[in-house]
Amino acid sequence: MSEIRSRKKFNAGEFTLGVHSWLTYIFLYLPMAILVIFSFNKARINAVWTGFTFEWYKVLFNDTALAGALVNSLIVAFISTAIATVIGTLTAIAMYRYKFPGKGLFDSVLYMPIIVPDIVMGISLLSFYVFIRFTLGLVSIIIAHVAFNISFVALVVRARLHGYNKTLDEAAMDLGANPFQTFMKVTLPLILPGVVSAALIAFTLSFDDYLITSFVAGIGSTTLPIKVYSMMKFGVTPEINALSTLILFISMILILISQRLGA
Amino acid sequence: MLTNIKEGKLLKKNIVQIKDVVKRFGNVLALDHVSLEIPSGEFFSILGPSGCGKTTLLRLIAGFEIPDSGEIFLEDKMINSTPPYRRNVNTVFQNYALFPHMNIYDNVAFGLKLKGIGRAEIKERVMRSLDLVGLSGMGDRKPRQLSGGQQQRVALSRALVNEPPVLLLDEPLGALDLKLRRQMQVELKSLQKRLGITFIYVTHDQEEALTMSDRIAIMQTGKIEQMDIPPQIYERPRTEFVANFIGISNLFSGNLRNGNGKIYTLTTSDGFEIKATGEGIRPERNATVMVRPEKIQITPGEPKNMSHNINILQGKIEDMIYLGNVIQFIVKLKEQKLIVLEKNYDKTFEFKPDQDVFVSWDIYSTFVLSERVENERLFAQV
Repeated sequence: MSEIRSRKKFNAGEFTLGVHSWLTYIFLYLPMAILVIFSFNKARINAVWTGFTFEWYKVLFNDTALAGALVNSLIVAFISTAIATVIGTLTAIAMYRYKFPGKGLFDSVLYMPIIVPDIVMGISLLSFYVFIRFTLGLVSIIIAHVAFNISFVALVVRARLHGYNKTLDEAAMDLGANPFQTFMKVTLPLILPGVVSAALIAFTLSFDDYLITSFVAGIGSTTLPIKVYSMMKFGVTPEINALSTLILFISMILILISQRLGA
Repeated sequence: MLTNIKEGKLLKKNIVQIKDVVKRFGNVLALDHVSLEIPSGEFFSILGPSGCGKTTLLRLIAGFEIPDSGEIFLEDKMINSTPPYRRNVNTVFQNYALFPHMNIYDNVAFGLKLKGIGRAEIKERVMRSLDLVGLSGMGDRKPRQLSGGQQQRVALSRALVNEPPVLLLDEPLGALDLKLRRQMQVELKSLQKRLGITFIYVTHDQEEALTMSDRIAIMQTGKIEQMDIPPQIYERPRTEFVANFIGISNLFSGNLRNGNGKIYTLTTSDGFEIKATGEGIRPERNATVMVRPEKIQITPGEPKNMSHNINILQGKIEDMIYLGNVIQFIVKLKEQKLIVLEKNYDKTFEFKPDQDVFVSWDIYSTFVLSERVENERLFAQV
């Protein structure tokens, strides 16, 4: 009798934490779920469910203006990710490997773009471009994205390097590998998961960025988030729901991959 | 006889020479004017407690550190600032440092591939090298699939496959359990003899150094305290530090007088007179003499052989510790305690704690230790 009771004993802590977790997840994901559901809604207005359709996805894929913005976003994301990943990774390795005067200062300054509000980043970049008379366009967006992505890449790669055994580099050099060969054959393969994970995060951040981009974008360099925002001014159409669903889906896949690799 | 062996070794050509090397890390003096010469084919051990500078010395030879002053020669070439990848030495690291993303074959082949050697030759040499350490057929495995002892062998194979004239080993057996360590000691030693490669072996394990080495350098606080063949290190430690670091020692301190020639007399603070041998030692000063516990005989009555060449002291057994093949006695003299090791023969059991006994030993087993190395340096500068 007592045995059964002890087994079935109600655990208040476990129950409360369970409920809490579920509520948190609902809070986070319910709006997105609604967005996804309404992207398949027949009605033009996001209020009533009138039936299932793929209509809005068809509209979406035939929208050339939107396709242009998507291409711009992809160009920006790919190029800025590639540049930021190389610079950020090398920065992280330098920070990890060498001691130099002012290292502590460099360290904290490196992560500033993560802490500084996007709006400040946007305004400062815009003032900078105006100051040096740089024409706003895709290039100015790419440079801006590289600027904030370096910090994220360096942070992620540095975390990966934290457990890295420096003796492996010494072993490689001991066996005749010069510093470049050591990096290519030993260091890089071992930190590659961290680098790829950093690149995926950088890609996602670049692809999704609205605020900073809105400051530094010029005429004809509309990216997807900016295009969506301008479409929103005429009301949330199911087409935007469909687009958001796709972006959400792709972002989630990228984050999942980066988590897998980072572990 | 001992000196003969030493001289025989010295006839060989020196492959590594270190001349007056100094290395600092910030305020810490890791190596303090270290000089040594290692003949080709020697098994040379660097022994010392942690932080004595032994690993720094090895890293200087490997090229991972650059000396602040002094010179390092490898095969008669000055290599002070030659990067590690251009030095003809290879290292077996303390924690093996195997490349975790490569299998065993690729780990071992790493050095050969960088040298641009042909595929077939690489394969042949890697196989031979794995065979040498008893790991043939393990080439496809990843390092993490191997036991500690096997990883150790891979590290050895990865270094040896390059056929370096000098192999550096940084406490290579430190992470292995005692039994495996003993077994690997024997294997390493026979491998070294067979290949004729010079081994420079860093360890903090005195037994390991004594059993494997042709010569040992004992280091403390960045200096070499003594450099000698193992029997000489044990039988004639030059300093108090060496006497205490290698084996067990009984030390007596007191005032030293010169008797006749090489025989000195030390008077301890509790009034014992102990005769000891020494060479070129300044008398009329405070000094320390030492005797090993196994050189001392313990007898119930006064020893009959009253030769002048024997130190005889009176004391009382304070403790007896049974160690199997030997019995360890703690004999209390007036103030000092003496450790005596007696072979386990039946009569040993007749002794009892608190019994009054005589301890005696040959004066040639007692000798005067040098003053600290610092003092010597100080005097040399004056």
